[in-house]
Amino acid sequence: MLAGCIACAVLIVAMLLWVLGYLVSIGAGSISLAFFTQLPTGDVVNPGGMKHAIIGTLVLVGLASCIGVPLGVAAGVYLSEYTQDRWLLGPVRFTADVLTGVPSIVVGILGYELLVVPMGGYNGWAGAFALAFIMVPIVARTTEEMLKLIPDSYRAASLALGATKAQTVLKVVLPAATGSLITGVMLALARIAGETAPLLFTALGSRLLSLDPSKPFPSLTVQIYTYATGPYPEQKRLAWAGILVLVALLFVLNVLIRYVASRSVTRGIA
Amino acid sequence: MTTPGSSMKATGAAGGNGGGDGRSGGNGGSRGAGERVQVIRPMPLPEDPLLDDSALHHPRRPLADAKYSALTAIQNNQPHAPCIHPALASVDPIVEINDFSLFYGAKQALHSVSLAVAKGKVTAMIGPSGCGKSTLLRSVNRLNDLVEGVKTTGDIVVSGASIYSSKTDVIDLRRRVGMVFQKSNPFPMSIFENVVYGLRIHGERKRSVLEAACESSLRAAALWDEVKDRLGQSAMGLSGGQQQRLCIARAIAIEPQVLLMDEPCSALDPIATLRIEELIQEIARRYTVLIVTHNMGQASRVSDYTAFMYLGRLVEYAPTSHMFQTPTLIETEQYITGRFG
Repeated sequence: MLAGCIACAVLIVAMLLWVLGYLVSIGAGSISLAFFTQLPTGDVVNPGGMKHAIIGTLVLVGLASCIGVPLGVAAGVYLSEYTQDRWLLGPVRFTADVLTGVPSIVVGILGYELLVVPMGGYNGWAGAFALAFIMVPIVARTTEEMLKLIPDSYRAASLALGATKAQTVLKVVLPAATGSLITGVMLALARIAGETAPLLFTALGSRLLSLDPSKPFPSLTVQIYTYATGPYPEQKRLAWAGILVLVALLFVLNVLIRYVASRSVTRGIA
Repeated sequence: MTTPGSSMKATGAAGGNGGGDGRSGGNGGSRGAGERVQVIRPMPLPEDPLLDDSALHHPRRPLADAKYSALTAIQNNQPHAPCIHPALASVDPIVEINDFSLFYGAKQALHSVSLAVAKGKVTAMIGPSGCGKSTLLRSVNRLNDLVEGVKTTGDIVVSGASIYSSKTDVIDLRRRVGMVFQKSNPFPMSIFENVVYGLRIHGERKRSVLEAACESSLRAAALWDEVKDRLGQSAMGLSGGQQQRLCIARAIAIEPQVLLMDEPCSALDPIATLRIEELIQEIARRYTVLIVTHNMGQASRVSDYTAFMYLGRLVEYAPTSHMFQTPTLIETEQYITGRFG
């Protein structure tokens, strides 16, 4: 029994290391300064870099956060703090749970039907909204769980001083939970930064460094997809490098999450 | 049956006055030493004269059985009248609890409690766990509103205005009736922000006003000298006793008329407890204090009046000196000497 468990554990870790090692061995050779600083040249032999895609992903994730985080936190606050509307809580919570599990391709198709078609073409806003749609339920549920960890004694102390419910939430509960909330937001960021399917149908991708979200918008994942499925070996090499950069980005994000989470636990819950 | 009752009232009043003198004399000298903890008459009461039979509403029961009649009546859910010391008829009340009952869903936690809290005095509420004293306390600033399924009947009047009418501004009520909790609960903010929180939420923005209020409140809470050099640091770094004094400073920063204290020392060590008790006496010069405590010594040390509650009812309410030296009901004496409850 024990030997079996150890074998499985070793196998899983070995597989993970194998994937990472394979990624590094192929991708590392293609990473150069040019990868980060150059735009696509259009030349299949000397394809340039992925600067546009890296910036595009950062912009898309930033826009998605601007839309998704306030909505998600507001929904989480509602679920955790305004518990008198019993009849609404269950459905909202259930919806959030279901939305968390919706396949991202569905979100992509939805974005295409509801945003791309009415707006007359692929564009960055549609991509940002699609990513935000994925963020909201994750942020909402983590916010709810984190706020529930804040002791009721804080709320009682605030209310007993004559604070309104809104003042209590804004000035005591949310600040006390800031560290945990950042953890939740970063978890959602890590999830959407690696999404490809919702962007394929909305932002589409672009070879230009565009900062105008009303036009087709570049992103790392879609660019990787485009290069990796194309016929040119030099572009495939770039795709491998892009995957390595993406994985490194998510790794850094996860380390940050762990750091923030460990700090917020000691600080927030006294 | 009525004769012993009326004669008792007379003796009770006399005892109360005499005891009151003794208390104020002993108070100044002995508070620090705390030897007044057990100023409780240990010998059994004389058979009949101290029992206010009329108050117990069991006129036909023989006196020998009537010893426990108040508590048995309560346990059997029979009507009873609380034994209220005549001295309390003449107090100037700031909080008047009138025939107040409270239900948590189907469970009745308070049964027609009527009690007048004297303005500018310290009133202690004692009684075994679950007797409803904390519930009653939380009814005075309507903090029980937060509990789901709470229903109330009767009324509580704070400085002349009913607080359970539909016109009551609960926010304003809680501004006038401050509260200190059993477990110290400073916010995870700086010491300064904790103290001025109440002022900020009520719209005070001037830095100079906030700083002045912070200093005077911390001084009043006997905490200023310990924290004046680190007002910007987190309040979570303070010791338990300091945190509780910070909570008192936070409560009095908005200058409430009444300060409710829910077992404020139960989580503190004896030295921190002593400091809080001294503080309560200081605070009582400016504010009315209503305190719930499990500690008989604390009730006898800090309070002017004491109410004994049992199973959601008021049993006896008297000047503290009378209560702890010559309680009218034998049940009260049994409780405060630790033989029951």
